[in-house]
Amino acid sequence: MTEKTRKKEKIPRQAMPEQEPDVRKHNFDEVPLGYSKDLAMLEAGRCLNCKKPVCVEGCPVSVDIPGFIKLIKEDKLTESIRLVWEKNSLPAVCGRVCPQEAQCEGLCILGKKGDPVAIGNLERFVADHERNHGAGELPPKAASTGKKVAIVGSGPSGLTVAGDLIAKGHEVTIFEAFHKPGGVLVYGIPEFRLPKEIVYSEVNFLERLGANLQCNMVIGRTVSMEELFEEGFDAIYVGVGAGLPSFLNIPGENLIGIYSANEYLTRANLMKAYLFPEYDTPIAKGKNVAVFGAGNVAMDAARTAMRLGADTVRVIYRRSRDEMPARAAELHHAEEEGIEFYLLTAPTRFIGDEDGRITGMECLKMELGEPDASGRRRPVPIENSKFQLECDLAVIAVGAGANPLLTQSTKDIETNKWGYIIAEPETGKTTYKGVWAGGDIVSGQATVILAMGAGRMSSISMHNYLTWGW
Amino acid sequence: MFEILKRQEMANGTVVMNEINAPLIAKKAQPGQFVILKANETGERIPLTMADSNPQKGTITIIYQIVGKSTSIFKSLQVGETFQDIIGPLGQATHLENVGTVVCVGGGTGVAVVHPITRALKEKGNNVKAIIGARTKDLIILEDKMKAASHELFVCTDDGSYGHHGFVTDILKDILQKEDVKLVVGIGPVPMMNFLCKVTEEFKVKTLVSLNAIMVDGTGMCGCCRVSVGGKTKFACVDGPEFDGHEVDFKELSQRLQAYTKEEAVALDKYNCTCKAS
Ligand SMILES: Cc1cc2nc3c(=O)[nH]c(=O)nc-3n(C[C@H](O)[C@H](O)[C@H](O)COP(=O)(O)OP(=O)(O)OC[C@H]3O[C@@H](n4cnc5c(N)ncnc54)[C@H](O)[C@@H]3O)c2cc1C
Ligand SMILES: Cc1cc2nc3c(=O)[nH]c(=O)nc-3n(C[C@H](O)[C@H](O)[C@H](O)COP(=O)(O)OP(=O)(O)OC[C@H]3O[C@@H](n4cnc5c(N)ncnc54)[C@H](O)[C@@H]3O)c2cc1C
Ligand code: SF4
Ligand code: SF4
Ligand code: FES
Repeated sequence: MTEKTRKKEKIPRQAMPEQEPDVRKHNFDEVPLGYSKDLAMLEAGRCLNCKKPVCVEGCPVSVDIPGFIKLIKEDKLTESIRLVWEKNSLPAVCGRVCPQEAQCEGLCILGKKGDPVAIGNLERFVADHERNHGAGELPPKAASTGKKVAIVGSGPSGLTVAGDLIAKGHEVTIFEAFHKPGGVLVYGIPEFRLPKEIVYSEVNFLERLGANLQCNMVIGRTVSMEELFEEGFDAIYVGVGAGLPSFLNIPGENLIGIYSANEYLTRANLMKAYLFPEYDTPIAKGKNVAVFGAGNVAMDAARTAMRLGADTVRVIYRRSRDEMPARAAELHHAEEEGIEFYLLTAPTRFIGDEDGRITGMECLKMELGEPDASGRRRPVPIENSKFQLECDLAVIAVGAGANPLLTQSTKDIETNKWGYIIAEPETGKTTYKGVWAGGDIVSGQATVILAMGAGRMSSISMHNYLTWGW
Repeated sequence: MFEILKRQEMANGTVVMNEINAPLIAKKAQPGQFVILKANETGERIPLTMADSNPQKGTITIIYQIVGKSTSIFKSLQVGETFQDIIGPLGQATHLENVGTVVCVGGGTGVAVVHPITRALKEKGNNVKAIIGARTKDLIILEDKMKAASHELFVCTDDGSYGHHGFVTDILKDILQKEDVKLVVGIGPVPMMNFLCKVTEEFKVKTLVSLNAIMVDGTGMCGCCRVSVGGKTKFACVDGPEFDGHEVDFKELSQRLQAYTKEEAVALDKYNCTCKAS
């Protein structure tokens, strides 16, 4: 280890100030409060500015990590955010929700001996600083090409394509099925993790750049893909996400009080049911809540239930702690807030009362057997391990599938056997001429940054097409 | 923003009709399909069937019963005012073909939903009999329109204040006994549809019902609207809303419709108080 490395390690990783668990579990305000400029400078000071920055290899969109951190150190915050924007158009979002421990920070050289540089926190810092204090200057735009592009779905994937293509001089219209833009960023991820303000400000930025946003447009129903072409769009990007809830398919699943995570979180976030009756959409407030699954979605549901006033919230998962796919920060926050984990446990049926409301469930204990196709050890039921748990609210967060609404009404788009759209891996081109697709509707539910990466790739291919042809 | 062009109160003000400017939806709307409406920023997403649509004028018509806070807010909207959001057309259109003799039955506000289907079945060349019913005379809606949409119309009231004294199913049974009916379409309150299906099951006549499950997105994204049909879970918003009535688990549906009774009462109380106060 060089002298330089040793010295840098002396500065510990700067924790981001947070709301105390006992306070935050009763409100929907954001949990981490953000770095002050001093903290950000201190943390930026830890980066070694590596010649061969391995962190960048961990970032799906190759943000120039040492570059933007160096600019923070030099107090050139506007230059810093501009550098991030070159690769990532939603840094305030990614800084908050990327699974950094598995991506950029997971590879940071400092992580070998101690704690990696808090890349996500720094990215969030420069983005927030620009949003709150920046001049709001618009980036330069290429001269108009006269080409029209339709973007279906306003999740991170669609927004990325919109930003890229508008900068290249194309006319962009975004069609969104919901009454508000943002996709999962708005209907799924809760306010306490990603304030909706941030997403709307990103969308607003695109609108200021000239993008036309049309909500309440269910493509395939209100207007078909063919009609979009007839109306004069030259190319279409499909980024409709993986909007189909998975259920457990066990008896009793239609009892009142059993929600898909999509429904539970949509009510809470998009419809603001946590402000009921000020907002009109109701949501069940459970005392004993069970959440199935162990990804980010499950953590979001569990922490939402806690904030809605639950006494106990249990996350029930059939595998062990090591297999839990949620971001490290989410697990940590959930535990701090008093969420209990029932690992190696699988539900077998739900139990209800005569009014059809859930009162409990029956579970089996599991143990880990041989590895399965995913490489993870398969959970196998332990004999005679049946037991019952009481609960009055259950949220099922075991994944999502491909929503067939658009693909079924668009026969030229081919899908695979699970209903995901088939798109060329290097370009995002679908089997329908003039149509690209990316994000969760191609990959299955993944991450924000991968959906954005897919959008970036497609936008390059679309620009080529609009310039040179298919 | 979707502007209200015409507004009419029916059934002593318990039911309201709105004709709304929504050209894109009007262009696509088919009998049996619905829209989701949200009145304002804090509003709930409420599904309502399109009682009519006019692609030339670019309008859709909804007819709704005032039952809770959201429909009370809808009722307060006047001509020239707007719904903030309307999404559609959603759901599967009714499968319409010429099968021979059909009976269309509407109960309460269900008449508004069954009317466009009745009209379309007549246009397809079917021999259409229609039965409409309500608790009492004043609550009967769309009698004239249903008369025009069918070859023969029967009206019933529970209290005998108008037409036949009794339930729509009494008349239905009569018709089923006398004629070779190929299809029954029954739309109304859940207990009515349930009872109607029991009757038609006896006669082994195919029966379509429209299920009003609680919904959020209406695009198959949330699973809120799940109903059991033929022992399988279906999403009413994308697989329906119409289903083979003989396969529907009505008990589960009526229970699930009670999911938020407590919350709904709170919301309505609060709304009525503040409305009166101001
Ligand atoms: C609760 C939850 C928490 C998550 N947490 C994280 C996290 O912490 N970190 C992370 O990296 N990832 C997280 N993810 C995953 C991440 O959000 C997704 O991978 C990402 O949003 C996918 O982006 P997308 O643009 O492909 O689709 P989406 O974000 O799903 O957006 C698709 C949009 O298309 C619209 N649409 C659908 N059909 C139509 C149609 N026919 N016409 C018009 N519009 C249509 C939808 O309404 C939606 O707005 C989370 C997901 C969920 C559900
Ligand atoms: C596909 C479909 C078509 C419909 N068409 C019509 C129609 O043409 N005319 C008409 O009068 N009614 C129709 N309804 C029923 C209508 O949606 C409800 O009456 C309305 O949502 C009540 O809202 P509220 O806030 O006024 O009442 P609330 O007090 O909230 O609820 C009263 C009852 O309405 C039902 N309900 C509540 N919220 C919803 C919701 N989000 N979605 C569905 N049902 C809900 C529940 O059973 C509840 O107990 C239809 C429902 C569906 C699903
Ligand atoms: S975009 Fe995500 S993975 Fe890339 S540097 Fe930022 S936080 Fe890390
Ligand atoms: S690997 Fe770590 S120390 Fe090196 S440049 Fe990247 S963030 Fe800085
Ligand atoms: S209303 Fe959400 S899936 Fe039907």
